[in-house]
Amino acid sequence: MADKAKEIQKKETDSVERVEHTRATQVYTPDVDIIEREDCIVVTADMPGVDENAIDITLEKNVLTLYGKVDIDLPERLKLLHAEYGIGDYKRVFTLSGEIDRDKIDATVKNGVLKVLLPKAEAVKTRKIEVRAEV
Amino acid sequence: MLWTEGFGTFRRGIDPWTQLQRIENEMNRVLSRYASPSMSEFPAVNIWANGDHAVVTTEIPGIDSDKIDISVVGKTLVIRGGREPEVIKEGESYHRWERWYGQFAKSVELPFQIDPGKVEAKFAKGVLTITLPRAEADKPKKITVKSE
Repeated sequence: MADKAKEIQKKETDSVERVEHTRATQVYTPDVDIIEREDCIVVTADMPGVDENAIDITLEKNVLTLYGKVDIDLPERLKLLHAEYGIGDYKRVFTLSGEIDRDKIDATVKNGVLKVLLPKAEAVKTRKIEVRAEV
Repeated sequence: MLWTEGFGTFRRGIDPWTQLQRIENEMNRVLSRYASPSMSEFPAVNIWANGDHAVVTTEIPGIDSDKIDISVVGKTLVIRGGREPEVIKEGESYHRWERWYGQFAKSVELPFQIDPGKVEAKFAKGVLTITLPRAEADKPKKITVKSE
């Protein structure tokens, strides 16, 4: 059943990517690290130019969307001599499995790095099973 | 068609937009090799300038501002810094590892001599902005024409 759900999710994500934005800015895919810790999953995303007011995190059904809006602030009265990178918004979409405690998702941003903490639900935390001796 | 092999995409059916995007990416990759051979790859910089001063911006998120080292000699600006990977304990694991780690040094050559005493740098939201004024001695002199 889990496999079937995953397949459906994948298609949905695909269609999400084709939706156009009304703002005529470039949208970039931020680099992310995902670390699984004992009690949570940590998603870290590089989003330079984004602060806490410009990040939009939404969770709809199983789809977690990270969107960072960048205010383009270009130097005045100067001519661009050389450009190696472009400036634009960031977007990344992930499908979550059911083991995340949705109410406790927490996000922080520091120096352009977004960190999202996805706590695992109590039920899936590692349980210690006691072994009883048979009488 | 040397690059057809690199795409290898026809399995999923032909989507003209995806194909165009791929061609564009490939072209950018090829062209970027010729864009600025004197510059090292990381981090990417944008350079803005007029006759008086230049502004260099770069995106280096996740670094503390006191770990960034900026030096200026003549026409050249050097930015150094680094970032450490997240420490993981036993029983923890990486599901994805896409972000960069390590030390970098990037040198940027400007079209004029820089006044090292007046260089200012600002680091906010992971974006470093360095303002580099042109050295007075390097500025063009206005020569008045005397009439006899």
